[in-house]
Amino acid sequence: MNLKGRKITLHDMCLRDGMHPKRHQISIKQMVDVATGLDAAGVPLIEVTHGDGLGGASVNYGFPAHTDEEYLRAVIPKLKRAKVSALLLPGIGTVEHLKLAHDCGVGTVRVATHCTEADVSEQHISNSRKLGLDTVGFLMMAHMIEPEGLAQQGKLMESYGANCIYCTDSAGYMLPADVTARIGALKAVLKPETEIGFHGHHNMAMGIANSLAAVEAGAKRIDGSAAGLGAGAGNTPLEVFNAVCARMGIETGVDVFKLMDVAEDLVVPMMDEPIRIDRDSLILGYAGVYSSFLLFAKRAGAKYGVPSSDILVELGRMKTVGGQEDMIEDLALNMSRDRKRA
Amino acid sequence: MEKIKAALIGSGNIGTDLMYKALRSRWIEPKWMVGIDPDSDGLAKAREKGLSTTAGGVDGLLPHLKRDGIRIAFDATSAYVHPENARKLAAQGVVVIDLTPAAIGPYCVPSVNLAEHVGKREMNVNMVSCGGQATIPIVAAVARVQPVAYAEIVATVSSRSAGPGTRKNIDEFTRTTASGIEKVGGAKRGKAIIILNPAEPPLIMRDTVHCLTEGEPDQARIRASIEAMIAEVQKYVPGYTLKNGPVFDGKRVSTYLEVAGLGDYLPRYAGNLDIMTAAALRTGELIAEEMSAGTFNATARAS
Repeated sequence: MNLKGRKITLHDMCLRDGMHPKRHQISIKQMVDVATGLDAAGVPLIEVTHGDGLGGASVNYGFPAHTDEEYLRAVIPKLKRAKVSALLLPGIGTVEHLKLAHDCGVGTVRVATHCTEADVSEQHISNSRKLGLDTVGFLMMAHMIEPEGLAQQGKLMESYGANCIYCTDSAGYMLPADVTARIGALKAVLKPETEIGFHGHHNMAMGIANSLAAVEAGAKRIDGSAAGLGAGAGNTPLEVFNAVCARMGIETGVDVFKLMDVAEDLVVPMMDEPIRIDRDSLILGYAGVYSSFLLFAKRAGAKYGVPSSDILVELGRMKTVGGQEDMIEDLALNMSRDRKRA
Repeated sequence: MEKIKAALIGSGNIGTDLMYKALRSRWIEPKWMVGIDPDSDGLAKAREKGLSTTAGGVDGLLPHLKRDGIRIAFDATSAYVHPENARKLAAQGVVVIDLTPAAIGPYCVPSVNLAEHVGKREMNVNMVSCGGQATIPIVAAVARVQPVAYAEIVATVSSRSAGPGTRKNIDEFTRTTASGIEKVGGAKRGKAIIILNPAEPPLIMRDTVHCLTEGEPDQARIRASIEAMIAEVQKYVPGYTLKNGPVFDGKRVSTYLEVAGLGDYLPRYAGNLDIMTAAALRTGELIAEEMSAGTFNATARAS
């Protein structure tokens, strides 16, 4: 693989996807410290919101330590070069949330839908574009659709005004060939000026390999997370991917050593549990389950006496999609009842 | 006794499902179906059933209102189109039941507040949303026992049952449903989440209702109140079922529901259609009953 001279944009996730393993309890000081550290290392784009995006504060996904507005207003003025992005899932967040994020100084909005449901994003993408924001269409659980289907969904988002389309491996299920096929299919139908991005999870330890496959197939934006802090077994560890890029001659503009320091000195000490591929995270990747379900399944499993691994396998079999956290307690109750009967 | 004649505006999933239910009504006779696509499946189904149809939108219906004696219209178009439809129909003295999340008129969730609409002679009544119809009764069932500080609902529907109008109106869905949770459900603060799931075979509509009570929840009374409410909703949507709960966890009261439909238009998984159309029809029937009794005399209003 010769990727020498490719230029890509790294996008850090630890203050958004990292909210999942932190149960949305990252403090304002931690947010500011990590964001300014990433900025100083040269990371150009940093995502900050509730783990489930703007408006995610809820019983269903968890109430955060602070509102999206508080986090954004604390972080954005402290950054010298880096821009901040916000995630928005239609059905959870609304155009009002988007406008609020814009008022707070967000430069990028990423509108996320399940990979087959792009047409719920029209209001949000077109409004984001009207506000002059860098507007990304973020197609989640992209392993659940064939490459050509994904490309058509990406084209819809492009038609609403998105200037960048993501193939998002929310379950950490994909293998490099899956990524190559999907990025290639997107590239074949999107306008040449529309960027393509890839968001990985590390549940099968494929974060780096998949991100390289994405770059090779033409992706220009790659998501990762300092120290991997993210849902499931975490996101592609950004400091590792950046070091690999440096060795391969892929230009990221991010300082290898400074990013390592942010990961090791600031992010690792924040972790409630080590971010690693434990049995449950591996099942997420193997069975194709939304990574944010991990802690919910562990908690419901402990409460109702059902192995969390069994809950996760069943969630995969039922073809649940992102956002269906409410299924987990319901399912654990059913499984617990069935076991008592047996 | 003569039935009150009605028009169905919108020939999509909701309008078509409503037609089948209205054809069985004792109080209402559906006469017209209005669409915008002459080739739509809904208009074809309406013609099969002997309704008059137009693909000219509400303007295609207006010239026929008087002649055909239309007194009630059900609007199942979209939140963007509804205000204009409502204005034109109200000017002709037609009462409009709004099945879009436009929410111009007062909300009606029959199992909770149908009686409040009696004698009000409202010219426009709003049905909140499918998720609202499925969940607000449960919020109200808790709130009639003790104060609810916050209620949140998650409605999960199959992708196949969510037509283009619903998809374009997803923000209106969350806003209107949250507002209905507060105004009709009685929660101090409401939040609504909707999820589309494309699994095949399609999943049956699922709804989760989380209430946070102000004081410690009175478990026995809440459980009894929810059970009574479910029986009430089942009178018009027999497939409305409690799957789990209420689960009590501190001040959190969580109820897990499934809503299967009658399979009138889309198959039974699309309970999100039934909960909306059955509620709208029940509301329309109340008004029709008042009209038949001569206690509802709508007058043409210019606005």
